[in-house]
Amino acid sequence: MDWAIFSFLAADALQNGTIYALLALSLVLVFAVTRVILVPLGEFLVYAPLTYVWFLPPEVSGLNLRGQIPGTAWLAAAMLAGWAFLERKSLRRAGLLALGSLGVLGLAWWGAQGVPLWLGWFLAVLVVLPIGPASYRLFFEPAKNASVLTYLIIAVGLHFAFMGLGLVFFGPEQFRLPAVWSGQTQVGLVPINNQAFLVYGFAFLSALGLYLFFSRSIYGKALRACAVNRYGARLSGISPSQAGYVSFSIATLIACVSGMLLAPLISPAYFQGFLLGLKGFVAGILGGLVSYPLAALGALLVGAMESWAAFQASAYKDAIVFALLLPILFWRSLRSQELGEEE
Amino acid sequence: MNILEVENLSVRYGAVEAVRGLSLRVAEGEAITLIGPNGAGKSSTLKGILGLVQASGTVHYLGETLSRRTPEMLAAVGLVMVPEKRELFASMAVEDNLLLGAFPRFQRRERGIREDLEWVYSLFPRLLERRRQLAGTMSGGEQQMLAIGRALMARPKLLLLDEPSLGLAPLIVQEIFRILGELKARGVTILLVEQNARMALKLADRGYVLEAGELVMEGRGSELLYDPRVIESYLGIRTREAAGG
Repeated sequence: MDWAIFSFLAADALQNGTIYALLALSLVLVFAVTRVILVPLGEFLVYAPLTYVWFLPPEVSGLNLRGQIPGTAWLAAAMLAGWAFLERKSLRRAGLLALGSLGVLGLAWWGAQGVPLWLGWFLAVLVVLPIGPASYRLFFEPAKNASVLTYLIIAVGLHFAFMGLGLVFFGPEQFRLPAVWSGQTQVGLVPINNQAFLVYGFAFLSALGLYLFFSRSIYGKALRACAVNRYGARLSGISPSQAGYVSFSIATLIACVSGMLLAPLISPAYFQGFLLGLKGFVAGILGGLVSYPLAALGALLVGAMESWAAFQASAYKDAIVFALLLPILFWRSLRSQELGEEE
Repeated sequence: MNILEVENLSVRYGAVEAVRGLSLRVAEGEAITLIGPNGAGKSSTLKGILGLVQASGTVHYLGETLSRRTPEMLAAVGLVMVPEKRELFASMAVEDNLLLGAFPRFQRRERGIREDLEWVYSLFPRLLERRRQLAGTMSGGEQQMLAIGRALMARPKLLLLDEPSLGLAPLIVQEIFRILGELKARGVTILLVEQNARMALKLADRGYVLEAGELVMEGRGSELLYDPRVIESYLGIRTREAAGG
């Protein structure tokens, strides 16, 4: 392997690793606060750019969708309506949620009528975003105090449902999306897509934002408190279910924006979310799903491993990355014995 | 005015009835203690009041009936418990633990939280010294002080304490009770569950004695302290307890 190939692989590793890091941070956040391993996070990641395709003018997307409302909008609206039904005892809250449900459809209709690219971009994120917290309310909150395994089974079920719905909504093909910042910049030997810089910028801002939120804001500290000691948090007046909504919302937002920024580089399709999410999960496992810095480090490791494997044995690329789980789990199990019971 | 009125409270865990038909009341400014041996249902009573376990019977707080209650909801309206195991945020700084005690007040954008922080620091100067330290790295006594301080940050109208002396050295226990006396003098209403009956009865205006899930006696703290039955059942063992602890 010469220097040029190494540089190309490193650039590739950094780009993929950054996305995995964003997903891993979201997974760690959700798991720490709610004990849910959010398997469908990858679906949220591809839902946003696929929704965006429906908001693109025909001359950009090359498709004739004739102002159709994308299926994700119907899904988000239905889930918000279900949420409103569950909150029917509080008229004010139920009313707001019902309004939100109609609002999502309104936004989607507006987007489908043909809007400027930048507006469609934001509308796509807004339309997909409610699916995250609504999933928490509809599927995880009713199973209060369930075991991690029960939550995992629910999450895997949701993943299959959302992936299947993705196929129904968007069809099997991959879509080409316009870059927010097109062109390339030469860095040393490697030309890097400008769009990739946006991914790095967003990753940096999210990490900084989360750091400030958790260390400065009382709401961020309350989320951490919920993660550290759920019972203690309840006794201090911090509601774990509210913390659940907040963590699901933040994770979904990060996944949606990551997906929007990544999409022009990968040409998304309905099935791509799962592999991305799973690699984020492998990265998160390195930190035991509790440590943010270790998760980010793990993500870069997964990215590096993947691009190296893609070069050396591309048919086994994914297998090699997932084989990383074995040494990681082995190392974790040795470590957790030293620490004793963590509960 | 009664801050808390509990009527006919029963708590079951499956086939076991931990508390049977318990009634008690706490008036504003009072310090009340609930004493009894291990397994008498003292902690279950507190948990039943807070809605942490399934309980039948009625609980009135500030004149309102609390039918569906959760600890987070009650903490927001000033019914705050210091739990038996302290339940601190171990990997967070002492000051963050204290500030989180006032979380519902932050949500309401209440004023005076900083002043209360100063007040808690004046009650527990040790916490001021260690404000940047992680809560989990402190000694048991300091953690108990932090747990009480965190509860005080909620500006409780009624402070429930579950065995604050548990597992602490006698000198620390005295310190904790001195602080509780100071809180009482400042008008904080207290419901204290204790195995250390002598200290609890000295502090309390009134006491309830619980045995096998049922109330067997109630009276003024000073009366119970000299009641022969109480002396025989609870105070006689105190010397052994002190020697053991």
